[in-house]
Formats: sequence, structure tokens, C-alpha cells
Amino acid sequence: MAKILFMQNLAPSIYEFVVDAPLVAHKCQPGQFVMVRTDEYSERIPLTIADFDREKGTITLIVQAVGNTTQHLCESFKEGDDILDIAGPLGQPSHMKNFGTVVVVGGGIGVAPVYPIARAYHELGNKVISIIGARNKDLVIWQDKMAAISDEVIVTTDDGSAGRKGFVTDPLREMLEAGAKVDLVLAIGPVIMMKNVAATTKPFEVPTTASLNTIMVDGTGMCGGCRVMVGGENKFACVDGPEFDAHQVDFANLVMRQQMYKNQEVLEYSCGGHCRCVEE
Amino acid sequence: MRGGMRNAMPEQPADIRNKNFEEVALGYTKEMAVDEAQRCLNCPKPRCVEGCPVNVEIPKFIKAVAEENFAEAIKILKRKNSLPAVCGRVCPQENQCESKCVLGIKGESVAIGRLERFVADYARENGLDAVEAGEITPKGKKVAIVGSGPSGLTAAGDLAKLGYEVTLYEALHDAGGVLMYGIPQFRLPKEIVQHEIKALKDLGVKIVVNAVIGRTFTIKELMEEEGFDAVYVGTGAGLPYFMQIDGENLNGVYSANEFLTRVNLMKAYQFPKVATPVYVGKKAAIVGAGNVAMDAARTAKRLGAEHVYIVYRRGEDEMPARKEEIHHAKEEGIELRLLNNPVRILGDDKGWVNGLECVKMELGEPDASGRRSPVEVKGSEYVLDVDMVVMAIGQGPNPLIKQTTPELEVNKRGNIVANEVGATSIPGVFAGGDIVTGAATVISAMGAGKRAAQAIDEYLNNL
Repeated sequence: MAKILFMQNLAPSIYEFVVDAPLVAHKCQPGQFVMVRTDEYSERIPLTIADFDREKGTITLIVQAVGNTTQHLCESFKEGDDILDIAGPLGQPSHMKNFGTVVVVGGGIGVAPVYPIARAYHELGNKVISIIGARNKDLVIWQDKMAAISDEVIVTTDDGSAGRKGFVTDPLREMLEAGAKVDLVLAIGPVIMMKNVAATTKPFEVPTTASLNTIMVDGTGMCGGCRVMVGGENKFACVDGPEFDAHQVDFANLVMRQQMYKNQEVLEYSCGGHCRCVEE
Repeated sequence: MRGGMRNAMPEQPADIRNKNFEEVALGYTKEMAVDEAQRCLNCPKPRCVEGCPVNVEIPKFIKAVAEENFAEAIKILKRKNSLPAVCGRVCPQENQCESKCVLGIKGESVAIGRLERFVADYARENGLDAVEAGEITPKGKKVAIVGSGPSGLTAAGDLAKLGYEVTLYEALHDAGGVLMYGIPQFRLPKEIVQHEIKALKDLGVKIVVNAVIGRTFTIKELMEEEGFDAVYVGTGAGLPYFMQIDGENLNGVYSANEFLTRVNLMKAYQFPKVATPVYVGKKAAIVGAGNVAMDAARTAKRLGAEHVYIVYRRGEDEMPARKEEIHHAKEEGIELRLLNNPVRILGDDKGWVNGLECVKMELGEPDASGRRSPVEVKGSEYVLDVDMVVMAIGQGPNPLIKQTTPELEVNKRGNIVANEVGATSIPGVFAGGDIVTGAATVISAMGAGKRAAQAIDEYLNNL
């Protein structure tokens, strides 16, 4: 059981949860995730740790209501409620050192998992340039938190309602074309965004890392549902990742695998998700 | 008595059970059990006991059944075996205790497994298996058990009875390991597993779920920070193998572990009442022929697959699954495609499986395992029309503990190196079951847990 100590709506369908999880908070490192099971009917879903407080024994999770379980968590849970199961921390921690100049790219709620990694880069003396992308200004989250640990923050929105109009890859490409010295790019967000970031940095041979949020069941190496082709080899995102060399990831295969349960999701939503109207 | 034949096991009819998840075998009635028990000759030198990896006093418990003293029977069983309801269902008795029974020479051996199951079920239903509290003298020492599968459960039970303060760590949200995520409900009802786990709790075993050892705590932290005097690692064979052929990342391709975990642990067979979905095709190929493959095949059938094929590169005699499981699978309409080896998986333009290319095989000379090794028949490739593929070709050790415990010696396959009683390269750290031997049986893992519990007791007594 993990009690929700604080909950707030950050943007349409996007919620921040601060959860009492001392065993996870005690050990977790930037880049790691937890498996969450909200109640006895729930799926197990991976959520990246967006922040943690070792003293208080809490972790922060940012959740967008997009699937059955995330909708249930965002819409039916409130402060003081218990999340049934949280297991972790899982996955390989982010590789941490002073690289020099690091560009971190967060798309949508991808900003949240980027944050603790960027903060650690900052603390290690890296120059941190943050690019935050969203569809529109309402969906831009954690801009202030990112600003506090970045040397520069660039915001892009698809419709131009905040920051510059366009995609995260636009300022990134301009930076690289202008000959800026970039030692590492970290991208977390929708698969298509990470794919485009990788394609943008490839010609400039800038090392690029992507954190993959694949379909998982157990999150501990047991099911293989998270397998992804990296450099021609099958890797398990849960134990070998979640971070991989973005230039080696077969994003086309990943996009395809994310579609596996699309038909079932339609079936779920037709009864409103967790209504329990269907018996045996 | 019955011309040397054993009492048949009542079962759900095949064409009914292959559409539900209720238990296939219904269990002996009291009358059948007593009758079967009376067949036992109560040999002065019982060879069946030697055939049992945990040395259950078989003739003694059977005698108690024959005398209708079921309270005594369960007591005798539980002295050596803390999970009789599980073992009575999933042990390969035909290769163990029953294979040694003298009645088997001319007729059929005593149905020891079925009697074990009967006693455990009867005791559970009639409240005869409650733990007698108050007999345990606390030793004031703490033991951590990593993994709550059959090996860990056995070690935990034995150590608790010896007076140790035992904490059982489980990575998933329910304790039971493979008994929960792997073996299907129709072969081993989860309520029975949970009943056995409750018995451990009654013994004082503390169970901590959602604790991934290697991540939440390392082995070193368990000993140095959490105050455990010894650790037993029974983390099983949890990492699924793939064939490394083209098309394995297509949608509609599962590891048996994923398919069975979705259905068993996450109860996807009740979707959408539960949120975890599972994909089931109309025509499913299960690659492999062990017990896990049979479980996956029979599960796919129950979830509505019209054709389910077992695709295996050797012949029926070489299939590693229990004969009983193969027999049940065939009865339920599972089709065997023997001497067929998958070459690649074919997919459509949306990335979904639409065929399994196989090459036909023929049996050549016996290999190192004594089984005749299959040889490809040149030019015999063909495409099996399927829209689902499940890889059930085995599992290896999970790398988490290895990665986070550098001083723990492992072999080249990643299995922990341990001696016959489970001692590893780290003093106070013991290991057993599939994490040491590679994927094997529930009972052999239990045997390892039992031996390690003894060894841990000796180790801690000498500290």
C-alpha cells in the first residue's frame, strides 16, 4: 500500500502524485521507474520516477490519463487514498557524469522523467539546455522546475500558444547546425518524438539517449513484453534499459508494438473502463 | 483388487473443460481414496520414499488414509512437505515415487500423488491442517528468503518451524512465484496456493511483496543494514528465452511467461472485468513441448483459439512434458506438429503475425541428452497458417541479483553456483531451485529449499 500524500492537476488530464513509498525513495536513482497496480482489478503499469525525497520517503509520479489504468488513477483516486502496489525502483539508473553540455528534451509528460536526470546533470556541473515541447500552452508542465536547474529553457508548442511554434527538433537542429558544442542529448517523450530527435542528432554524431516507456507486465525481466531491438539485438527495456542509445533503437518496431492492445482498449472504454459491468 | 489397476481420477469432460478455467482433475472422493490406499502393500523397505525429493513418509500417510485417519495423514505429509496440495497436483510422480512402487511392476503403481492431493484437500476443507502454535522456540536469528516460489516457500516454512524469524521477499504483488504466475488455474487453483501461503504466515513468516531484491534491497544490504543473519535465494528461472529468429518482435508473439502471467497472475481471462488485456489468435502456434508449452496451449484453447498447434522439432517420445499433460492437451483438441522447427515468423504490413515458417525434421543419432537429435529435411520448408505464436522454449535466470551482487559466483549461463546444500560463494548466502539448476520441477526446487533450510540452521548454530 502506498498512500497518496499530495495530488494536483497540472494540465488537462495530467496529474502529479506525491506518494508515500519509503523503500523506493530510499534507493531510487534518476532514470528509474516503478511498477504500479492501483487496485486488485488493475494492470501493472510502469511509471518513471519524476522526483523523490529520501528524508520524507516519498516519490513523485506524473500521470497522464490515456489508458484504462492511468484514467482510473487520475479520475478515481484522491489525496489520502492508497495505491495498492508500488514496486521498485526498477531499471538501470541513468549514466551520470560531467559530460560538458547536455541538451535534455522532454515531450509532453516526458518532461517529468527528464527532470531528476537533468537536475543530477546540473549538480554534476554540466551545462544543461532544456527543450520542452507540448501540443499547446495548457500542456506545458514543470517549466519553472526545469528553469531552476537549467542554464537555458526553450519551449515549443505545436500551435505556437507558448514559446515558439513548432517541434522540439526545430531548436535542436538549429543549435547543431550553428555548430554548438553538444556532448549529449537525452530525449524522453512520445516514441515519435524520440525517433525524430535521434534522426536530428544522427548526422551530427551527437551521442543521444532515449528512455523507452514500453508495454510491460512485471517490469523485472520476466515477461519479455518490453523487448525492443537495439543495434540488431533484442533487449528488455525493464532490465537492460529503460535508457538506450537512441541511434541504435528500432523505433519503427517500437511504434508497431505499442499498438498491440489498441483493439482491447476500445473494448475497455466502451464500458467506461472500471465500471465492472461485465461479469464473467 | 481391480486387477492391479489404480482408481481413475474423475475429470471434467474434455470438450467442456477446454472452454473454462475450472480445475481439470476433480480429485478422489473419500471412498476412492480409502480404496486406493488399501492397495498399498506397506513395504518394509519402501522404495517410493527414496523416489521422493523431500522423502515424504509415503506408506505411513497412505496407511492413515486406509484407516480413514485423515488428521494423522496430513500430519505425516506436512512433516516433510509443506505444500502437499500443490505437489499432489503438479509433481511428476510417475518419474518419482510412483515409478518405484512395486505394484507398478505387474500392474499400476499406487496413485500416490492423487492420495496426497486428496489428503491435502480434505484437510483444508475440514480444517485439519491448521498450524499447531506454541511448539516453536524462537532462536533470535533472522533469515531472509528471496523469491516466494516453491523453493522459497519450503525453506521459509522449515526455517520458521526451527524457530527463525523469517522474512520472505517477493518481487510481484502476490506471493507464490511460478505457482501464481506460471501454472494455470485449471491445473492449480490459486486459492489453494494462497491457502498454503496463509499457513506460512500462521507460522510467523513475514511476507513482503513488491520488493525486488537487487533493486529495493541488495543482498549485501539485507545482511548489513536489515540485520539478516542468512539469506536464501530462490529466484527461479524467470527470464524467458526467445529463438532469435526473424519476426519474434511482431505483434501477436508472446513468451510463454508473458502469456501465462497475463492470464494467471493478472487474470486477463476475465478481461474486461480486469484491466489487463491478452491477445489470443484464431490459430495459435506454441513453440516447445514442455509443461509450460502444454499450459500455454491449453490456455490459448480456453481463451477461444480455434486451432492450437504444439510445434516441436523432435518427436512425441522426446517431448519433455509429463505424459499426463500431453494426454490432457490432446484430449482438449491441441494439435501436435512434431518434427517441425520454426525458421522465421511472418507478419503483415501492420506488424501482426500471419504465419510461422517451419522446416520438417527427422530424427538422427542420440545426442548428449540421450534423445535422438533432429536433423532438417532439406527443402521441406512450409508456412503454418497462424496469427499467434507463443515461445515456450525455456527460461533462464533473472540477471538482477547477479548484476547487483558482484561477489556472488555464477556460471556461464548465469545460474548461481551452490553446493549440494545450497551454500554459495558468499558466507551466509544460500541458493537453490531453478536459479541454481536451471528450469526444473516444483518438487526439486522444494527439495533444494528443504536441504538449504537444514544447512542454514547448521550454519547459524555454528556462528
